[in-house]
Amino acid sequence: MSISEKHAKWREGAYKKTIEKFPERKKEFKSSWGDTVEPVYVPGDTCPNYDKLGFPGEFPFTRGVQPTMYRGKFWTMRQYAGFGTAEESNKRYKYLLEQGQTGLSVAFDLPTQIGFDSDHAMSDGEVGKVGVAIDSLRDMETLFDGIPLGKVSTSMTINATASVLLSMYIAVAEKQGFKPDELDGTIQNDILKEYIARGTYRFPPKPSMRIITDIFDFCSKSVPKWNTISISGYHIREAGSNAVQEVAFTLADGLAYVDAAIKTGLPVDTFAPRLSFFFNAHNDLLEEVAKFRAARRLWAKLMKERFNAGPKSQMLRFHTQTAGCTLTAQQPDNNIVRVAIQTLAAVLGGTQSLHTNSRDEALALPTEESVRIALRTQQIVAYESGVADTVDPLAGSYYVESMTDRIEEKAAAYIKRIDELGGMVAAIEKGYPQQEIQDAAYRYQKEIESTERIVVGTNKFQIKEQPPKNLLKVDRSIQVAQIKKIHAIKSERDNDLVKRRLAEVKKAAGGSDNLMPKILDAVKAYATLGEIVGEMVGVYGEHKESVVL
Amino acid sequence: MSEKKIRVLIAKPGLDGHDRGAKFVARALRDAGMEVIYTGLRQTPETIANAAIQEDVDAVGLSILSGAHNTLLPKVVELLKAKGAGDILVFGGGVIPEDDIPGLKEQGIAAVFTPGTPSDQFIKFIKENVRK
Repeated sequence: MSISEKHAKWREGAYKKTIEKFPERKKEFKSSWGDTVEPVYVPGDTCPNYDKLGFPGEFPFTRGVQPTMYRGKFWTMRQYAGFGTAEESNKRYKYLLEQGQTGLSVAFDLPTQIGFDSDHAMSDGEVGKVGVAIDSLRDMETLFDGIPLGKVSTSMTINATASVLLSMYIAVAEKQGFKPDELDGTIQNDILKEYIARGTYRFPPKPSMRIITDIFDFCSKSVPKWNTISISGYHIREAGSNAVQEVAFTLADGLAYVDAAIKTGLPVDTFAPRLSFFFNAHNDLLEEVAKFRAARRLWAKLMKERFNAGPKSQMLRFHTQTAGCTLTAQQPDNNIVRVAIQTLAAVLGGTQSLHTNSRDEALALPTEESVRIALRTQQIVAYESGVADTVDPLAGSYYVESMTDRIEEKAAAYIKRIDELGGMVAAIEKGYPQQEIQDAAYRYQKEIESTERIVVGTNKFQIKEQPPKNLLKVDRSIQVAQIKKIHAIKSERDNDLVKRRLAEVKKAAGGSDNLMPKILDAVKAYATLGEIVGEMVGVYGEHKESVVL
Repeated sequence: MSEKKIRVLIAKPGLDGHDRGAKFVARALRDAGMEVIYTGLRQTPETIANAAIQEDVDAVGLSILSGAHNTLLPKVVELLKAKGAGDILVFGGGVIPEDDIPGLKEQGIAAVFTPGTPSDQFIKFIKENVRK
């Protein structure tokens, strides 16, 4: 008897008999995108032949992008941090490096992310709140004071204004005595997901794509070790998508960037090896592991088939952050456990770097103690759990392989649909991914409200709680201090030089010369972020959201 | 006999891009039979107050997760009052620390709903508290 015959016999026999007497906990067990989860998975059609997986470091990279993975070195433990002034954030970075963190990750406040100086009316109330406020090169010098930029790797969550912040980083490094080709790090620079899910866009899609390809081109020549984009599914998932949509929309964004760069004449293998990705680690441990594996395999195939790209361009390298949206304001210490499970998902899925959220993030910015526990969670998984000692340990699990296949298939179908709509830029303009995500988010929340989906401590096992204490607060005086700094810089710098350099930025924005060298020159003259972005807005205009409900 | 439908403006003040909550609330209110207008991202207190008056709404829901609530929420209330629309119910939602809520209430925010609030709770609140 074959295994599938034995399986059928078991389902009709022992299994059926049991559920007639003792019904299961749920009528139907479902994946995040609504597919049925079977009671048991078996070899056969759901367990692939080995060729489909490949070996670690080999096409199609299902099992990981490097041959040794964490046996060589652990993933980079990289906690996203930044708040208030550059001085305060600088202190937090030094603390994290002392605690054994291995890379920096900079959070900027919203005015910096969108390109408003701290003294702009739109910045009122937002200065230094969700990240550090940077107005000019002077702030960036303070932010990295005493941190040798040629020796750390730094990730910056910056998109619409990535060109300016990367220029500031290069300028600070040069002042410290490091050349651009020594610098190692990442800018998020993924504007498409800002229109879909995250919201810190400034310019319309087309000029934004041009700025991005300028960065690709500039970095491939001058900052070759820099990861020029982090194509992000994280925020798509946070906005409420399911696992399949997260993979599909992220890879579709990736394809749009590759297309755009190729159209400007860049050969694929000059820039594609520097593309990196950023995913969410949600609660469903096994589904998430399958998601990472499926994303890797699908990207490798797409790059090979569509662009005839070489092995380095086929590798999907990614950063992961645990899912902020799963954190509860109720019984916040429970979040430590959620984050631990999500950490396992990311590591078993083969991430290159990881940020673990802190328990108090549904309430406020995390305190130093909470951040330390989050970092320790990664260190415990790395040093104590044993899961890092062999590569892709869940391969061959009937369930995980079956889920990997299904996520790949379903994501490929979404990508086909997006191709039919004219690619991701067109699909976004039509509101397609936005609508899909919103529908999924609404269903998810409804499931919580009907208690079809249990969130421990929120819709089950609640207790009477005291309001939490010791939350981190960002003082309003920071805004006043930042505004003073801008005024000081504007009176100290050579304003004629600034004027000339800003005019150069404007000229490049309207023409076809690469913007990056012009922005770098403007930054070095201490032109402010708002001034530089203002020149670009003058040429490109601003994006207005098409509201989808 | 058909009662006049409650009209609600859901708005995102400031630069915050987190709109999952705002959009959920907008849909939940619509499903509860209200007429809902959603502004989209990046609204100033002025545009929100103007929209509330132009659309003749009974309530304004302000969603904010960036920490700018103490600055932006009271401004909307002030502007509504200044424009003679102080009877419009204003409520807030998002990541807003418990400590900040009494201060916001003093400044005219009728209620603040934090993460995990079930929809029947804010629906009931709006129904019971809008101008009659």
